[in-house]
Amino acid sequence: MDVPPNPPPEPSGPHPPAGPPPEQPPHRGAAFGRAPAARAAPPRLAGLVSRLPAGPWRSPLRGPWLTSVFGLVLLVGIPVLFVTGLLSYAAYNPNLSPINDKTPGKGLLGFYLFAWPTRPYWLYRVDQGVHVTLGIVLVPVLLAKLWSVVPKLFALPPVRSPAHALDRLSLLLLVGGGLFEFVTGALNVQLDYVFPGSFYPLHFYGAWVFFGAVAAHVALRLPRTVRALRSRDFRAELRTSTSRTVPEPADDSGLVSTHPARPTMSRRGALGMVGLGSVALFVVTAGQSIGGPLRRTALLAPHGRDPGSGPNGFPINKTAALAHIRAQDVGEGWRLVVHGDGNGRRVSLTLADVRALAQHGSALPIACVEGWSTDNQHWEGVRLADLAALVGHHADPPGVFVESAQLSGSFRAVALRANQVRDARSLLALRVNGAELSHDHGYPARVIVPDAPGVMNTKWVHRLTFGATTFGADT
Amino acid sequence: MNDRPPHARTPSSRTPTPGSRDTRSPRTRSPAARFRVVYGASPAHLLVLLASFAVCGYAAARLLQRDWFDVAKWVVGAALLHDLVLVPLYAVADWVLHRALRTPGPGPSAPPAPHKPSGATEDPPARDRTALRIAAVHHIRVPVFLSLLLLLVYWPLISRVRTHYAQATGLDPGVFLGRWVLITAGLLGASALLFAVRWWRMTRRPGRKGLTDR
Repeated sequence: MDVPPNPPPEPSGPHPPAGPPPEQPPHRGAAFGRAPAARAAPPRLAGLVSRLPAGPWRSPLRGPWLTSVFGLVLLVGIPVLFVTGLLSYAAYNPNLSPINDKTPGKGLLGFYLFAWPTRPYWLYRVDQGVHVTLGIVLVPVLLAKLWSVVPKLFALPPVRSPAHALDRLSLLLLVGGGLFEFVTGALNVQLDYVFPGSFYPLHFYGAWVFFGAVAAHVALRLPRTVRALRSRDFRAELRTSTSRTVPEPADDSGLVSTHPARPTMSRRGALGMVGLGSVALFVVTAGQSIGGPLRRTALLAPHGRDPGSGPNGFPINKTAALAHIRAQDVGEGWRLVVHGDGNGRRVSLTLADVRALAQHGSALPIACVEGWSTDNQHWEGVRLADLAALVGHHADPPGVFVESAQLSGSFRAVALRANQVRDARSLLALRVNGAELSHDHGYPARVIVPDAPGVMNTKWVHRLTFGATTFGADT
Repeated sequence: MNDRPPHARTPSSRTPTPGSRDTRSPRTRSPAARFRVVYGASPAHLLVLLASFAVCGYAAARLLQRDWFDVAKWVVGAALLHDLVLVPLYAVADWVLHRALRTPGPGPSAPPAPHKPSGATEDPPARDRTALRIAAVHHIRVPVFLSLLLLLVYWPLISRVRTHYAQATGLDPGVFLGRWVLITAGLLGASALLFAVRWWRMTRRPGRKGLTDR
């Protein structure tokens, strides 16, 4: 391991030629990206091509190996983003009710959907924390990967064969789809809804476009990537200083500069700089998902601090003002109406009535689709299963349709599944951390269900319809 | 799923005679080879891409259902903005930095040799000056890169453009610009301090006092 497989020339040795001649015997990695058209080019044409100005791409670091290292990181990271994203989508139970479903036209893309579980209770918190934090941390790797292949965008001729044309179309979907996913994700977690339309269909369908392009890219490029990674010893590369850094051997990948500048940075330095970028983003972001004392370290993340102190001083994502909750909606006149759909049972309860029911506690976090989450909060209230019993569902209660006093806007109502209602930790909470709910946390009553995305824990609840999945049943 | 062209399967055994496979007459070529001549890659390549386009197309049809023009603008625009604006912008910024510090970096005056062995031809003070200038480039471009990366990712919060953040969270959105400025100042300051330490250590190296007397 002490000797790199491609040792740079000895300092006392002769200078290597400016650009290795085209007739140089193929290197171990030389088969990388060999294009059939280039292979078939007659020698005279090849000589002409080599004399053409080679463009502005002079970095001596560009080459199959460096691109493959960035590609390998993304090869691990992007599937994690994809799977955590699909899980997060399933957590909304979109198949349960059209009210939950922000992508009604999904068709086959919802093939994998399943009843979202309620345990382990931290599943959604971890899933979405990983999704958002990893996505942000991978931004510099994505940019570095694109930087490393940018000469290929301007390669001439633009289209060499039908295969090349399809390849470039696929790359447009890959780069456009990838950037679209990262941009919409970064905008949404910062609550900057400038993208055209609702976030859910854009990010969900965009993810499948991106995934389709990634799958083809991996299938077509993985053998090259493996060869390129094997062409240099990673650990030896990490020991190579700037002065000993030489370009990767010339090949037909289109990545290695034909007239490289003198290196001002080693590959170790380039990898370190990108890694440092990821570390910096992690440091200013992860605290909003980890919570506790580390929340304050998330200096640039949207939920890097608590909105206040005391029992209700944990993060909010929809204030009473934003939801246009009026005083009369949640004041003296507030009633909780509980329906047993289909059986005609209906109960109307005052706040005092609800307080008089058996109170239970559960320690659960709020975890948002935007990646931030709170530590476990100690909720107290009435079990959803007990409320179902009030309207005749004594054993095996069905799901429930929850409506908020909020009059308009997304997620003012949601459908919960039977497994969510039956979990003993699922509450209509009246208190948190020993105090009454604040207005912004849903006073007088809110739902809290283990593992449900934050927006499905409806605030300012005023109607529960057991057995229903949409508006208007049994009212 | 493996699209390695046949010639790449045994790279070590292949002698450098590109095009030798094409010297056979079209008649003796297999159907796969004839397909390759017309299409430009193996049939597997086409199959993989068609399968991929099926998935992408199915999702894209749904993605473009509403406001298809706006969404297409965002997808294509993101790629174009990155390739035609962002990349040239930071490439030029880096080039300007090298020119300003007169390093033998990616400027047009750089020698064509990809590797110039150190110590062979240059005198030690000149070599040290070059090393110091390259170090100066790093001590500027690393903190600036980190700062701009944070700005890029958290632009909506830092710039406070069109965000309903305050209304939704009950938090003050005004803190992010100040925090970013402080982080940037901290990064630049720490980098400058490290550079000063490096400079000091280089000038104090025994027998090397040539660094500062230029």
